[in-house]
Amino acid sequence: MHRFANPARFMRIAEAGLPWIAAGSAGCVAAGLYFGLVASPPDYQQGETVRIMYVHVPSAWMAMFVYALLAAASAGFLVWRHPLADVAARAAAPIGAGFTAMALVTGALWGQPMWGTWWVWDARLTSVLILFFLYLGHIALTGAFDEPERGARAGALLALVGAVNLPVIKFSVDWWNTLHQPASLARLDGPAIHSSMLTPLLLMALGFLLYFLAVLTVRMRALLLARRIRALRLAGTG
Amino acid sequence: MREFLEMGGYAAYVWPAYGAALATMLGLLAASLASARARRRELAALEGRGRTRRPHRPGAAAAEDGHDAEAP
Repeated sequence: MHRFANPARFMRIAEAGLPWIAAGSAGCVAAGLYFGLVASPPDYQQGETVRIMYVHVPSAWMAMFVYALLAAASAGFLVWRHPLADVAARAAAPIGAGFTAMALVTGALWGQPMWGTWWVWDARLTSVLILFFLYLGHIALTGAFDEPERGARAGALLALVGAVNLPVIKFSVDWWNTLHQPASLARLDGPAIHSSMLTPLLLMALGFLLYFLAVLTVRMRALLLARRIRALRLAGTG
Repeated sequence: MREFLEMGGYAAYVWPAYGAALATMLGLLAASLASARARRRELAALEGRGRTRRPHRPGAAAAEDGHDAEAP
């Protein structure tokens, strides 16, 4: 594990994999779009609007996955003070915010024709909106200090405290009455969804995951370069 | 084709959903690539300037992050 904790070695490995990850992401999304928009049937209750699911659900999964990663990186930073953990957290937050915004916007566009409303203040929707604000808060807080170390610590604390929101999002549809439908995939009795719809859903989810890894690598590279620029500037003036 | 674009009367919801997702992901990708490129250029300029001004100290910057020297 510690072999990969060296930033230079980590970035070398990550960037060697980058073209493959990017190509895999594009391929999965292209196949997901084909199966989602062309080769899958409309839903018997929701008609063609069910196709919104193929972007909405993977976005929402990624919104939560990225936050879990942000919280894990933050814990790693607070325990080991490793700069790579801080860089990973800073790089991941804007991508997570993007996925959360996508989940909220596509959800509203699905809610209007199916529920008759763009938005409702119920447990699922509200907890995802809070997730979005947690991401924005993390971005603002980590950038608010002249000394990067202090921003990293403040952001890590926020990310860890905000992690209690993750189980709330996941179980909100079971704990409270909500307009949002309960889970269709993560069920004890197996997925309640036909394979013609499951295929594009999983393809899009994999494509989004690979997209995240690719953009995370690019952002981490930019942040590591910025650290070096800062170090050089400090060495030059000092 | 026309039928496909109409999405059973829900075109006004389905296509904006896909459009918003695509715009977000492409926008984030473009911004990230631009930022990495800008930092790379900034660092190259800084290292080039440092070399002419004072003797090169290879250990000084590399030790900070355990980074490889990237400039040729």
